[in-house]
Amino acid sequence: MQRRTFFKTTAPMAAVFPALLGGFNIKAYAGALPFFGGWDGAADNDHVLVLIQMFGGNDGLNTVIPIDLYSNYNALRNNIAIPEGSILKLGPNDKSGLHPAMTGLQSLYNNDQLAVIQGVCYPSPDESHFRATDIWLTGANSDQYLNTGWVGRFLGQTYTNYPVGYPNAAMPDPLAIQIGSVLSPTFMSSGGNTAMAVPEDADFYGLINGLTSPEPNTPMGTEVTYLRTIARQTNKYAGVIKAAYDKVTQQYAGYPANNDLAQQLKTCARLIAGGLKTKVYMVNMGGFDTHGGQVVAGATTTGYHTQLLGQLSDAITAFMKDLKFLGQDKRVLGMTFSEFGRRIVSNGSLGTDHGAGQPVFVFGDAAATGILGTTPDLPSTMDVEAVIPMQYDFRSVYSSILRDWFCVPPSDVSTMLLANYQYLPFIKSTACNNTIDDLNNIGNNLILNYPNPFIDSTNITFVTNGGHTLVQVFDVAGHLISVLVDQVYPTSGTYTITFTTTNLAAGIYYARLQNESATQVKTMLKVTK
Amino acid sequence: MRNSAWPGSTSGIQEYTGTWDTPQVVHLLKRTVFGATVADVNYFKGMTMSQAVDEILTPTAAPTTQPLNNYGADVTGVAPWATWIGTGLLYQDQDLNGSRVASMQLWWLGQMLAGGRSIHEKMTLFWHNHFATDAITDHLGDTPAQLWYNQYLTLRTNALGNFQAMVKAITIDPAMLIFLNGSTNVNTSPNENYGRELQELYTEGKGVNSLYTQTDVHNAARVLTGHTVDASYNYVFQAGNHDQADKQFSAYYGNHVVTGYSGVAGAGELDDLLGMLLGTDECAKFICRKIYNFFIYYVDDATVESNVIVPLASVFRSSGYSITAVLSTLFKSQHFYDLVYAGACLIKSPLDFLLGLAREFNLAIPTDAQSQYNAWGLLFNQAQILQQAVLNIPVVAGWYPYYESPTYHELWINSVTYPQRNYYTDLLMTTGDMMNGTTLVVDPVAFTQTLPNPSDPVALVSDALSILLTVPVSTNDQQLMMRTILLTNQTNNAYWTQAWQAYVATPSDMNAYSTVFTRLQAFYKYVMDLPEYHLS
Repeated sequence: MQRRTFFKTTAPMAAVFPALLGGFNIKAYAGALPFFGGWDGAADNDHVLVLIQMFGGNDGLNTVIPIDLYSNYNALRNNIAIPEGSILKLGPNDKSGLHPAMTGLQSLYNNDQLAVIQGVCYPSPDESHFRATDIWLTGANSDQYLNTGWVGRFLGQTYTNYPVGYPNAAMPDPLAIQIGSVLSPTFMSSGGNTAMAVPEDADFYGLINGLTSPEPNTPMGTEVTYLRTIARQTNKYAGVIKAAYDKVTQQYAGYPANNDLAQQLKTCARLIAGGLKTKVYMVNMGGFDTHGGQVVAGATTTGYHTQLLGQLSDAITAFMKDLKFLGQDKRVLGMTFSEFGRRIVSNGSLGTDHGAGQPVFVFGDAAATGILGTTPDLPSTMDVEAVIPMQYDFRSVYSSILRDWFCVPPSDVSTMLLANYQYLPFIKSTACNNTIDDLNNIGNNLILNYPNPFIDSTNITFVTNGGHTLVQVFDVAGHLISVLVDQVYPTSGTYTITFTTTNLAAGIYYARLQNESATQVKTMLKVTK
Repeated sequence: MRNSAWPGSTSGIQEYTGTWDTPQVVHLLKRTVFGATVADVNYFKGMTMSQAVDEILTPTAAPTTQPLNNYGADVTGVAPWATWIGTGLLYQDQDLNGSRVASMQLWWLGQMLAGGRSIHEKMTLFWHNHFATDAITDHLGDTPAQLWYNQYLTLRTNALGNFQAMVKAITIDPAMLIFLNGSTNVNTSPNENYGRELQELYTEGKGVNSLYTQTDVHNAARVLTGHTVDASYNYVFQAGNHDQADKQFSAYYGNHVVTGYSGVAGAGELDDLLGMLLGTDECAKFICRKIYNFFIYYVDDATVESNVIVPLASVFRSSGYSITAVLSTLFKSQHFYDLVYAGACLIKSPLDFLLGLAREFNLAIPTDAQSQYNAWGLLFNQAQILQQAVLNIPVVAGWYPYYESPTYHELWINSVTYPQRNYYTDLLMTTGDMMNGTTLVVDPVAFTQTLPNPSDPVALVSDALSILLTVPVSTNDQQLMMRTILLTNQTNNAYWTQAWQAYVATPSDMNAYSTVFTRLQAFYKYVMDLPEYHLS
């Protein structure tokens, strides 16, 4: 795919098109001319998003591991802490590194293909697997119940009137594909589910959702066969999926064996390279609910969580190599997420309980390499209930993907996500020709408090660059306690406000500063007299 | 076409004495009424098989309501939401008549939906298909809607009675007299239409052993001359238009002669004719085959013919053509219950699909007239799209899937109707189907609460499937549904249990409700999207 090359060598766009088209209506060519992509928005570019859902709630603090706060990390979860010397370094970054099983992701990072976003969550997080999953898939607030998913809203609004009139010449393929047999709620649009379920094993004649029972030589067998045949024949996408699958005859040979996620991603790569215009794929892996035995006692770089992270990393790495082999690497962006991260403090069973904030990986050639956000602030001692606080709202991640990968205009993004969310720089600006602030040099201490620890009140000092500025306080479980600042500053400056806590219990509180794309979180400790 | 060797095909009509449990009850209910509700399954499990069949075959009282003016302006002065039955019978305004027929269609669907645990409405539908009519195509201008209501009552009254009485009643039913031209069948120029269909479609059939002749058709028409409707559309026998001569029938009917009579006695020739028609071996077999095709599976092999149809026909004849006797024998037979083990094999008709779904999920049907007609209308619209609208049967032989060899019921499912069925179950499971402020929507949580042990996800899946599907579902597939849907891929069953218990403890808690609602909705949607859902 040469689209990015085209952008680089042909500018400005607007001056070029009229000459190219010789007065024809541009809309008549939409979709037919691939280089319109990135200009008319998501329906016309050839970008693909692959979502990797990790069921169970991944222990993010043993995935992206603090280096700058290593001793506190080690103290808070001593029985499962990864030895400092085993942490995989990410380029020159000295704040955090990766779990030693994730050498593949490390190489992606060092190859400019991996962004890490710290502390992704939402206000008042839910620790139920089910509810938290629904929140992540739909893009809801924790007290909001949506019957559409965030991807479904994106696709439903991009492909107007879907499913009426689809497939058609401009969009002959499924809008989204779920590897597996059950469609995720994330694909639900107001017009119905936008995805098709495709099994990871390659029997694409059997790709209808279905039971695996045989078709015996009885009246039932006869009729089951008949119904299944009609179901296949009338699946309007079965033909194009099969054709795309068959078109690819060779793939990268290095996919790891016995790695289910790798097999799912391999199928995605094959369908992508086979020419499907499908925008979003979803794959998943389970097993992250590591309440106990996530590491081997005394050998914390081994054990169950190590296997999981190794499989995840190996699968993604093989997928990236395959995409390059297939010439699709410029088209694909991937993202991992779980329903929540786990607690900061480990339990006595060599495990961790349900938590809140988590690191999110964004991978692909377009990923803006770096670690967005700071290492979660870790005091030397913490309550067992403590969760990783929110630095970035997960919908800010979605929002930025829609804006910077699918090139959706900001006003449409807020319609799709039902609110305005912070715009985050983790995708290279070349993907949609958007400009965004570089957050690599914003400084380390944009928000501080004094005294700390404090008894009744503390003074919070924050630095704003001007523009919209938000200062929130969350309790140790992530519940939103107070919004101290929510206003637009005309210019940059340093301000101090007083946070009074007379009626609040002693313990840890988080002060979160959000100034346009910049976010920092400061841990504050309230003590009793 | 199926292979003729299958479990059950060799067993006959001897009474079933085996296990009587959920699969057998569900099988009986899905075949004899519209859908197997959890409540009905529990109810009949408390009886013996024989008691259950007897109760299902017990006739129910005639409807206490009549079709209403759901169409608005009525120049005969029928107010909105008042009944048009008994008013303006003679009015020939085709638009108004069409509106009334449409109202009748919705009302009829409503009767089937409210048919409960009795076969009565389904059997009425069977006879509607047998004596197939079309009130709309070419008949809005000659048949007042009231006559179709009367015909429904004719079919219903005789549905579980005596077959000869049924044939006689339908022969002189005013709508039928108009529909098949009996009303203009006179001695000076007999109209053979009804005389032919009476034999070809209603009594003898077109099987290889049905050897009536064209002369028999003509002579039956002669017997029927004079039976017509008067200016008020009431049945009347006009002796002056009746052929008084004797009518000689063929060897197929034992060279029977229907003796001709003059005057009012000429009307009595009809009884002689029907006795002759029903006196053949073929007639009882033909009706038994149609019952078998409608309720069991299509007959295409000699084993079923000899083990089921022939003995069933014998019961029919020896009982003096008692419809209930045939149904009772069939639904108590070893052959019928052998199908439980052979698996579901009958493709649901559109009405079985729609009304079964509505009843099994206990869709809330409003009780105020306007909303009720809206709700019936939503289901009727789908029945129409799926090719089974009452009073609008495309051909006189009935809906194609009940007679068209070799594929029969498979004709219900094609590249249009299959996706439409999926679309509709998806719609009912999600936003619901809506008309003028009335919504039909499945409440997956309420349905689940009727299951015996919904806090155990293994039991929940198994119990729900035992109601919703009649094909066996492997443990693997059940596990897959439980894990990927109810547990959202979590590996610990207790998460579902906790979620369900949290909901039960505080039903008003939106968080708890949403968690179970979303998963149950996805689960039932998945089940109803399976090709196997369309089998009963």
